Amino acid sequence: MKSRLTLRNAEAAPLKAIEPFGAGAFAERIQRDLKAGYRLISFFAHKASSHTTRLYAVIAYDDDGLIRVAATNVADSFESLTPDTPQAHLFEREIFEQTGIIPKGHPWRKPVRFIAAAPEEAGVMKFHRVEGAAIHEVAVGPVHAGIIEPGHFRFQCEGETVLHLEMALGYQHRGIERALKDGPDKRSIHYMETAAGDTTVGHATAWCQALESLAGVDISFRARAIREIALELERLANHVGDIGALAGDIGFLPTAAWCGRLRGDFLNMTAVLCGNRFGRGLIRPGGVAFDIAKPQVADILNRLDEAYEGLDTAVPMLFDSPSVLSRFEETGRLSIHHAVDLGLVGPAARACGIEHDVRKNFARRPEPSTRFTISTCNTGDVLARGMVRWLEIQRSIAYVRDRIRSLPDDATMRPMKALRPAHFTVSLVEGWRGEICHTVITGADGKLAACKVVDPSFHNWMGLAAAMRGQQISDFPLCNKSFNLSYCGHDL
Amino acid sequence: MGLIDILFARAKQGHRTIGFPNDAPVLPELFQGRPAVRPELCQAGCGKCADSCPTGAITVPAHIKNPELLLFATSDDASDGGDALSLDLGRCLFCGECGKACTEKAIEFTKEYRLAATSREALKLTGETFELAKALDEKSLKVFGRSFKLRQVSAGGCNACEADINVLNTVVFDLGRFGIQFAASPRHADGLLITGPVTRNMELALRKTWDAVPEPKIVIAVGACAISGGLYAGHAETRSGVPPWLKVDLYIPGCPPHPITILDGLLRLLDKLDK
Repeated sequence: MKSRLTLRNAEAAPLKAIEPFGAGAFAERIQRDLKAGYRLISFFAHKASSHTTRLYAVIAYDDDGLIRVAATNVADSFESLTPDTPQAHLFEREIFEQTGIIPKGHPWRKPVRFIAAAPEEAGVMKFHRVEGAAIHEVAVGPVHAGIIEPGHFRFQCEGETVLHLEMALGYQHRGIERALKDGPDKRSIHYMETAAGDTTVGHATAWCQALESLAGVDISFRARAIREIALELERLANHVGDIGALAGDIGFLPTAAWCGRLRGDFLNMTAVLCGNRFGRGLIRPGGVAFDIAKPQVADILNRLDEAYEGLDTAVPMLFDSPSVLSRFEETGRLSIHHAVDLGLVGPAARACGIEHDVRKNFARRPEPSTRFTISTCNTGDVLARGMVRWLEIQRSIAYVRDRIRSLPDDATMRPMKALRPAHFTVSLVEGWRGEICHTVITGADGKLAACKVVDPSFHNWMGLAAAMRGQQISDFPLCNKSFNLSYCGHDL
Repeated sequence: MGLIDILFARAKQGHRTIGFPNDAPVLPELFQGRPAVRPELCQAGCGKCADSCPTGAITVPAHIKNPELLLFATSDDASDGGDALSLDLGRCLFCGECGKACTEKAIEFTKEYRLAATSREALKLTGETFELAKALDEKSLKVFGRSFKLRQVSAGGCNACEADINVLNTVVFDLGRFGIQFAASPRHADGLLITGPVTRNMELALRKTWDAVPEPKIVIAVGACAISGGLYAGHAETRSGVPPWLKVDLYIPGCPPHPITILDGLLRLLDKLDK
């Protein structure tokens, strides 16, 4: 009897517990799950030996806090899941690009990161095209007008209305997953801290959780609390920055200016913890590299109070202004059905009314004493994505206050051990953009045989494309900002 | 929400622009700035600092204990064993591991935030002295000194350098007061400010952007990635930093550099700082 492996968040199991299904049963199991509303959070190919390549599908059962892993061995092709379950579309393109294994029946087998293209052909592919005398095409990027990462957007427009938006990414591809193999070594944690630099704490935490589970090391409650505080500070800085940027994009300058400043105040709180505004150097396998002393607790609490006071004038003013609401409401609207079909995560999903958040659904046991409420809206527009952030800001501030006041007394670092050979683990963290998923497999020698890093942006870029349908092209910057996705996190 | 409310809120938010450069900058208590390198304290051959470094930034005398580091060395790098201890700020991630590894305090991180340099050579620290970035020549200052517009290109940057460059545009740093601005089009720019290890997939776009900037023009490399490739040096997917077909006028090290470090570098280049 073939069976799936059932895991909790950051729990490792021997690789042999995963018995591969036959191709038909594999596809059937996954499709049944996805149609029942469970989510595909990772799907990748691993060349286990010179003659075996195995597909792993990792599925989240949010309500039960469980992760189920199914596998099948493949030769040179498999039946694509995408036509019935669109969540799989980018994963399958990625599998094809990385291994040449063909997802048969996939509607568009295009590059994801242009890993094999000639340098001058990055971004060159056959874009979907709307034909007709009244149709025009707009190409933007890879170099954008602001101080942001590169990516290419191709719009099909009829007048001002966007009929379709397609993205070509991959310009940021640095070969991170490849470089992680055969580790962990002294470079690994730095790859994770720079996988998406604005999510340093999120990716570093997911990575350390994965290694700790493979090593069978439990970090102290104090270290866990400090990681959680740092993760919330990262969320606060980015959410505050995003609300300011939304205000800036519609020319509501007071909130744009104030949030720009307040964002920095949160980055500076992270620097109080470890000296670096992005949390570089804080999260390390075995715990955290910096403890929080009493004066730092008082300092952070003071700074939180001051920042909250600033936010409490800056943000409600934005959402109370009719001129702002008229720009935010109904703009870039995404239905819950689309969001579920595409497998959206994070604030973008919660803004469509999807109630999932790793901090609640996959809380690591024993749970912290603080109760956690998932922040949702249900209109799926720019306003909802802004409001979810504002709700999360208020709840995160309360959470950090609670956690930092009641830090458990313990060591901050526990010695790491060797990784158990031939094990499999999945580690989830709710980063500020959404679910970060690291799947790590060790080989017979205890070294890393495969590392699959899924940044929330990997799920969500298609959400932005879907939200742009029928919108005015002039609203693209606003819609884009309301998602604020990572290019390097996608391109790795 | 009426105009009066906004004005009240405005009064409450207050004036927030920092006093730098007239006042000393406020840096985090745990800030790690330029490391002091003291070869005279180095116990030749221990090599613990070099072993701990994730980017091969450190050269130890006589021999390197860990030959794996050579994998990431490039031809312009002297990490095959020099005469004395040295640390390449252009590769440094400021993780502080070498400082922790050295029991003799031959490498110790200080709170010095002034890190920018005019030449790649100046970033190779062999002692406690450091040549701060020099101003442009008089002719260039005449062109750029009062209005300097940069086009930023992220070429594999992780969005940390980008974020702390962006922050210079906030009311806190108010970059515009120095006559420095970021331009949307390269055709309106006086130069490029580059971040990231320059991925293979971005090299062509970088070249086209450079070609679109009118002469005379400046190149500024921000962050370990742009200067040397940083952690991504030697990756087949990158060009290990700003490619040789561009001549860099200003290097601003860090991972990422603190906004004050970036601002300090820009102001030195434009001769707007006395010390």
